[in-house]
Amino acid sequence: MNQHTMKLKIDGIEVECVEGSTILTAAKAIGINIPTLCYLDGLTPYGGCRLCLVEVSGTSKLFPACATPVASGMEVTTQSPKLYEYRKMVLQTLLAERTHICAVCIANDHCELQAIANQHGVDHVFYERNWSSNKIDSTHNFLVIDPNRCILCTRCVRVCDELEGVHTLDLKFRGKNTDVIMDQDEPWVKACSCTSCRKCAKVCPVGAIYIEGENIEYTKDPDVAAFIVERRKRLK
Amino acid sequence: MKDDKRRGLLEKVLKDHGYQESALLEILHGAQEIYGFLDKELLTEIAGVLNLPPSQVYGVATFYSFFKLRKPGEHVVTACLGTACYVKGVEPIIAAIEEEFHLKRGGSTEDGKLSILQTRCIGACAMAPIISIDDVIIGKATKEVVIKHIKQVLGETKAEAV
Amino acid sequence: MGSPVKEMLYESGGFFKKQHRIVLRNAGKIDPNRIQDYIAMGGYTALVKCLSSMTPPGIITEILSSGLRGRGGAGFPTGQKWRLVAQANNSPKYIVANLDEGDPGVYANRSIAEADPHAIIEGMLIAAYATGAEKGYIYIRKEYPLAIQTLQKAIDQAKAMSLLGDNILETPLKFDLTLRFGAGAFVAGEETAILASVEGRRAMPRPRPPYPANSGLWQKPTLIQNIETLTNIPLIIQNSAAWFSKTGTPKCTGTKCFSLTGKVKNPGLIEVPMGITLREVVFDIGGGIPDGKKFKAALIGGPSGGCLPEHLLEVPIDYDSLTKVGAIMGSGGIVVLDQDSCMVDTARYFTEFCVDESCGRCTPCRAGLPRMLEIFQKITHGQGEFSDLAVLEKSCHFIREASLCGLGQTAPNPVLTTLRYFKSEYLHHIENKECEAGVCFKTRDEDEPK
Repeated sequence: MNQHTMKLKIDGIEVECVEGSTILTAAKAIGINIPTLCYLDGLTPYGGCRLCLVEVSGTSKLFPACATPVASGMEVTTQSPKLYEYRKMVLQTLLAERTHICAVCIANDHCELQAIANQHGVDHVFYERNWSSNKIDSTHNFLVIDPNRCILCTRCVRVCDELEGVHTLDLKFRGKNTDVIMDQDEPWVKACSCTSCRKCAKVCPVGAIYIEGENIEYTKDPDVAAFIVERRKRLK
Repeated sequence: MKDDKRRGLLEKVLKDHGYQESALLEILHGAQEIYGFLDKELLTEIAGVLNLPPSQVYGVATFYSFFKLRKPGEHVVTACLGTACYVKGVEPIIAAIEEEFHLKRGGSTEDGKLSILQTRCIGACAMAPIISIDDVIIGKATKEVVIKHIKQVLGETKAEAV
Repeated sequence: MGSPVKEMLYESGGFFKKQHRIVLRNAGKIDPNRIQDYIAMGGYTALVKCLSSMTPPGIITEILSSGLRGRGGAGFPTGQKWRLVAQANNSPKYIVANLDEGDPGVYANRSIAEADPHAIIEGMLIAAYATGAEKGYIYIRKEYPLAIQTLQKAIDQAKAMSLLGDNILETPLKFDLTLRFGAGAFVAGEETAILASVEGRRAMPRPRPPYPANSGLWQKPTLIQNIETLTNIPLIIQNSAAWFSKTGTPKCTGTKCFSLTGKVKNPGLIEVPMGITLREVVFDIGGGIPDGKKFKAALIGGPSGGCLPEHLLEVPIDYDSLTKVGAIMGSGGIVVLDQDSCMVDTARYFTEFCVDESCGRCTPCRAGLPRMLEIFQKITHGQGEFSDLAVLEKSCHFIREASLCGLGQTAPNPVLTTLRYFKSEYLHHIENKECEAGVCFKTRDEDEPK
């Protein structure tokens, strides 16, 4: 092997991996599954959702597994009562942030947020929920965006920029007012740079971007990002 | 808008910054100084020249509170919302201005003569509370002084118009 | 805006007695628009000393042994930071001077830039020589027009005297300096956000590692330094590390500038030795509380600092002691509150500030802080329940530990400290629907959650 490898411990198990890998991929290699939402294989890590936080010995800080590179001798803990509690709080905070009603969501049963919340036993939301009622944009021929279901993971923004390359999508404002926009906050039909490639709908972990009239099962294909990255390697 | 001499000034700003995308904030500052605010047409223009995606330029312009995307009033009252000003009671002064001139913070009067904006600390805390009226700073402000001053400023424009 | 601070010049009394002016050495004594004045006061001799008789590692050792820690808030040892950048194996290297002072109630850095701009430039030049950086940016708030003007003039003068550019003072040293303007985003003071902003993007922090010392501006090694820290550098070189570390405490050397504001008789910009007590600052320098009113709390560290009550007035002001009581040094703001201030409202105010300034990247800060603010609206409008306090506290710990950057990690501090030291006020608001300071329970439409 040409690449430099290093050894670390994850949940007590020793693992050897190449320099530059992240804690998340190192854990995956030995079958340890760390929950993620904003992370998507094939896109630049964002480190925003905070679901994949892990403990690293020697510091009291928590690190996002998706964006933290491994270091030699590192000892990582991916499961602890504290981490479990904080993951639950991340999920509850996301559910309280906008209007998430699974029963009337197109992504019901095909939603990553719903699935992870179920896995973590989130049976209620301890905050008062904030029922946003932003306008749904269904001006495009077949693509629809419902900001009320958006969790601002920016997978769509990154796939549009990094893989499709047109950067139609970006964010406007900041903090709690942040939203995904097309071009200069135009209705989707007027966003000239959009190629209608559908990748944003394929990678959206929730029901915020979907294809009108299409069964969500067919639309959702988050693996498309890693697939494209792999295929592009042939070009080089 | 694009054909007037302001376009030339904008061109100079762009050129001074070497058309670099990393100077986007400086360029937006420059454009706002020239045009008073940044509308979509102007942002599209800047995005085009810098070869940046329009969504990215719009994203930057809306992220920072200093950039104005709407036309401000002819006269602008700015209230400092820093801690010292808050502790020393800037809040009742803002409320009094809103009541006296019938406008809401962040907005303008119907005739577009007056806007009231809020800013985070402007760093003159020893003089708190601070209100500025068209870049004239009033330190240790009181309701009475501020309202009187605004009336004066508004009166001046009337006089000029006649 | 930004005109000199005549009102702050107290000629008599205790205002100056307990101060120790190192960073503000030239403030008010020289004409900031004349490089000759700075030179006449011994300016740029430290740079000459570095270039003529010191090696870059030698300078770094000197800074390390001075014990100087970053004045931007976190208190990271400056020498270590320089060493990391110097050792980084990549080029070009950059220096970013952080003059984004976004904390409400803080203006020390603005005052330094307006009064002694060349001290900043000299500090940056020494850092450039020590770390091998070739390009520097001063990131300054657009709200500081006089400071911008003064700095630009200083840069032009330094260029004209071959103190900036290629072959500085006829040596191989090369350093270029440009101003970059902030645009009203508190979070841009965070070290990875400032990089995004200098690159012309949304000031959104990113996870660390990689640290800016290895991968900063355009993925190149970058030294990010606070203005006050830089201003200390020429003095350490001129007078030695041993001289510098005589002031302050052993673990926390030198002085710290504070903007002392709020309900004190003598508000103003002060510079005190590290380790001075809060009581000395508030009562001896600040002259105590005006109008015969009673001291209630001192807010130290800005919107992410802590509210310290009377019984903590003896706390020495240094990084470690402040952290122990739940406050932080922050960038140097002390706001004094008297009996007319409500601590619940104060915590609400700071929470609102952080809600407005959150960048929106990470869940806890973007989506958690607004829920806390809603609870505050409930409590200050007479709809609070006792169970709200538990939710507040739980949220504080979550946001503090799970947020991506310093803004979220410290945003709960005012809430945690007021819950810790002024819990009775919260209880009083909830139980009796009454605010003893007479601040809350007023109908203010704009306060309603949106």
